[in-house]
Amino acid sequence: MLKFIIKRLGLLLLTLFGLSILLFLWVRALPGGPATAMLGERATPEAIAAINKAYGFDRPILEQYVTYMGKVITGDFGNSTQSQRPVLTQFFNQFPATAELALFAILFAVLIGIPLGYWAAKNYGKWQDNFSVILSLLGVVIPVFFLAFILKWIFAVQLGWLPTSGRQDVGLDATHYTNFFLLDGLITAEFDAGWDAFKHLILPGIALGSIPLAIITRITRAAVLEVQGADYVRTAKAKGMTPSILRDRFILRNAMLPVATTVGLQLGLLFAGAVLTETVFAYQGLGYGIAQAITNADYPVLQAYIMFIAVIYALINLVVDLLYGVIDPRVRVK
Amino acid sequence: MSANIPDPNLLPDGAPVTGTASAAVTEPAGKAPKKDAGDTRHSDRGTSIWGEAFQRLRRSPMAISGAIIIFLFILVAIFAPILAPYPGEATPGMRLVTPTNIPGIGTPGYPLGLDNFGGDVVSKLIWGARSSLLVGVISTCIGLVGGLFLGALAGGFGGWIDTVIMRIVDILLSVPNLLMAVSIAAIAGQSPFAVMIAIGAAQIPVFARLLRSSMLQQRGADYILAAQTLGLGRGKITMSHLLPNALGPVIVQATLALATAVIDAAALSFLGLGGGVPQTAEWGRMLTVAQNFLSSAPQLAFLPGICIAITALGFTLLGESLREALDPKARKR
Repeated sequence: MLKFIIKRLGLLLLTLFGLSILLFLWVRALPGGPATAMLGERATPEAIAAINKAYGFDRPILEQYVTYMGKVITGDFGNSTQSQRPVLTQFFNQFPATAELALFAILFAVLIGIPLGYWAAKNYGKWQDNFSVILSLLGVVIPVFFLAFILKWIFAVQLGWLPTSGRQDVGLDATHYTNFFLLDGLITAEFDAGWDAFKHLILPGIALGSIPLAIITRITRAAVLEVQGADYVRTAKAKGMTPSILRDRFILRNAMLPVATTVGLQLGLLFAGAVLTETVFAYQGLGYGIAQAITNADYPVLQAYIMFIAVIYALINLVVDLLYGVIDPRVRVK
Repeated sequence: MSANIPDPNLLPDGAPVTGTASAAVTEPAGKAPKKDAGDTRHSDRGTSIWGEAFQRLRRSPMAISGAIIIFLFILVAIFAPILAPYPGEATPGMRLVTPTNIPGIGTPGYPLGLDNFGGDVVSKLIWGARSSLLVGVISTCIGLVGGLFLGALAGGFGGWIDTVIMRIVDILLSVPNLLMAVSIAAIAGQSPFAVMIAIGAAQIPVFARLLRSSMLQQRGADYILAAQTLGLGRGKITMSHLLPNALGPVIVQATLALATAVIDAAALSFLGLGGGVPQTAEWGRMLTVAQNFLSSAPQLAFLPGICIAITALGFTLLGESLREALDPKARKR
């Protein structure tokens, strides 16, 4: 097991190394060079020369890369060209927001998707099945940000039940230790602040969770359909297993294998997919950071964030593969 | 041990997880709809995979609904100049619109109302279909051609070429698809053209990986051995035997990619990467602008959103039915 983890981490490092080169070249491939992109309309030859000198864009490219990587290893990803603050600081401020949102979204998707998929498979061909099939189709074809609009319009604008934007009511003078607002609310016993943060999570979380919900429902349905027709299930039934044992230990346990992989993959994707939802709800997470960085041509932020999201994505996939060994004993034996 | 860990990029039914559009409905093996006598007749005649797939598609309500949606969408896109009462960026009702009053659905002369610029919503939706079709088709072609090239090189030759290409593809796949499209669009500048390139280029690694794995499955087949025994060259075998037989999953993916492309194009213009003037007749752009009028004129957001969803639905329905129709597990006689 340890060997497997080390091998995977090694592969991850190699991938990141390759990605760092690509991203590095990517920033330098910007039309007119990074300086022009950063200055926009203010790009005079003098200003460009000054930026090039300040950021070292006038040095040979290999030297620039070595310098950049040297800093990256010490945790220095440069400063945002917009706020002038270190990119890493901004990341640690925004990561907890997206992590909370993504976890909420995936929980929503799993808690609804798995029962729904199971229910559909149990009632194969009946209206329940058609309902889940249509729902999973809708989840896939409705653009996330459009769904975000609809939810915002109904529940925030029309009904006024939930807040329209942000992570927490600014009027609440909440204390933040970890920047995980829900956790902070619990630690400091400021439960009203925690509850308020939770209310801010609901709409973006549901919007973001719609795609994983659709996919998890679909995969669960397909997996349960396949498993419940298997010989060992028939045998177990013939031996008089109660329906609940049959469901929990024979059908669901085996049907969960593909579902687990899907959940992991989707969770990884949520960190990137959040860019749209967070923009609609002005929710200050990684996605919002990326959208801002695009608008302001803030390349140090973009470059670092893409890298960080790739790391998160890869680590989640690694954890899923490890969990796979826990769920499926057959993988462990070999 | 690692060999037993399932490839995280493949779902159990072999469906690649590549974005939003790949999820929908696949019937598992053995639960396929019962076939009528027609099937036996076809198998007796030895129909090709594609011939049989077509027969199955004709009987699938999902495929037919998808095809009808796509057909209408293409018609509207092609005949936009004839169908639309006004040019896409025209603002015929400019005088009727004030910041506080945007005439809605049912305004005389403008059946679906006006937008905040005074543009006719019907015309803009029709022209929007055209730009969506263009983005969808061109970007999918970019992804397909790039992916076919890399995938065929890797899958056809194997060895170190395969290793190098697939390592690069793995690196690219380590960045989620939408994020990659966003980054490419950020370099390519803000224009509709940049959006097409970005969405297409972000699809290349997906197609490359898919084609390669599909070709690898075929490589061990008996007919390839037969071709080798006959003394055919590597290039010849790749081009005329491996490739055509490995194309099935790629075509399914391309159909689904069209759905993703329509959605992603809207997403990129929502993020401000589409370029052009604010009143551009493009669904994603209309939706973005409508955001500011959500409380006074929600229809401005709903109409283009529904158009995007219906178009994506058409391609998804057709793609999923095609996947089923080509699925060897479901083709059992």
